[in-house]
Amino acid sequence: MRLEYFLLVDRVISQDLAARTICCEATVPTESTVFEGHFPGFPLMPGVLLIETMAQASGWLLVAANKFQRMPFLAAVKEAKLRAFVMPGQRLTIDAKVTHDGSGYAMTDASISCDGKLVCNATITFRVVRFPNPDFAAEMRRRAVTVGLLSSEALADG
Amino acid sequence: MSSTFDTIANIITETCDIPRDTITPESHAINDLGIDSLDFLDIAFAIDKAFGIKMPLEQWTQEVNDGKATTDQYFVLKNLSARIDELVAAKSA
Repeated sequence: MRLEYFLLVDRVISQDLAARTICCEATVPTESTVFEGHFPGFPLMPGVLLIETMAQASGWLLVAANKFQRMPFLAAVKEAKLRAFVMPGQRLTIDAKVTHDGSGYAMTDASISCDGKLVCNATITFRVVRFPNPDFAAEMRRRAVTVGLLSSEALADG
Repeated sequence: MSSTFDTIANIITETCDIPRDTITPESHAINDLGIDSLDFLDIAFAIDKAFGIKMPLEQWTQEVNDGKATTDQYFVLKNLSARIDELVAAKSA
């Protein structure tokens, strides 16, 4: 995780487009400027960033399901529950499942667990629209290789 | 069995906290009921689920943006009900 850059998914462990699921992992950094404010003397992964982490995992699933032709943008978060503290250095597993694929929007159920224990979950809505420009789409494909969603060969094939 | 309009009106009431008795077949979802695009996503989701369809919101929006249709054709509730009946019939055919 690079909190300051909003790069919150380290790696895609598995994806199943037929089942509409994805599993990712991420490790909370041991040091970050975020922890200077949240909180002094008690560094804690902000809940909003956990929600963003679930959104990003869901987003990778949706961007893959749309064959990198469309980009999901966060629209709504429902029933977000932050069930346990997440500390620097902890390794997180993020799971997401598309629960509804609408026209121009999609919904996912997402969760994060740590050492097998559920730490947060939410129902997330996205607007799913065509990439606003080709550079953005190309950058997302490059990042997809970095997180292991897309192979280098697939990137080269366009 | 409730009509398509009744089902939609009930969904709007539950989703947007709009009193049921203020929703009529002549109501325009946007102009009269003040439903914004984000709330309409929730309504679309509930309608998709209730009727087992995929309401083609993107296509409708595109037609409106291109001047090929008016918002009345899709967002006045009696017209929306008719569109949904068509989608349900097309799915059953």
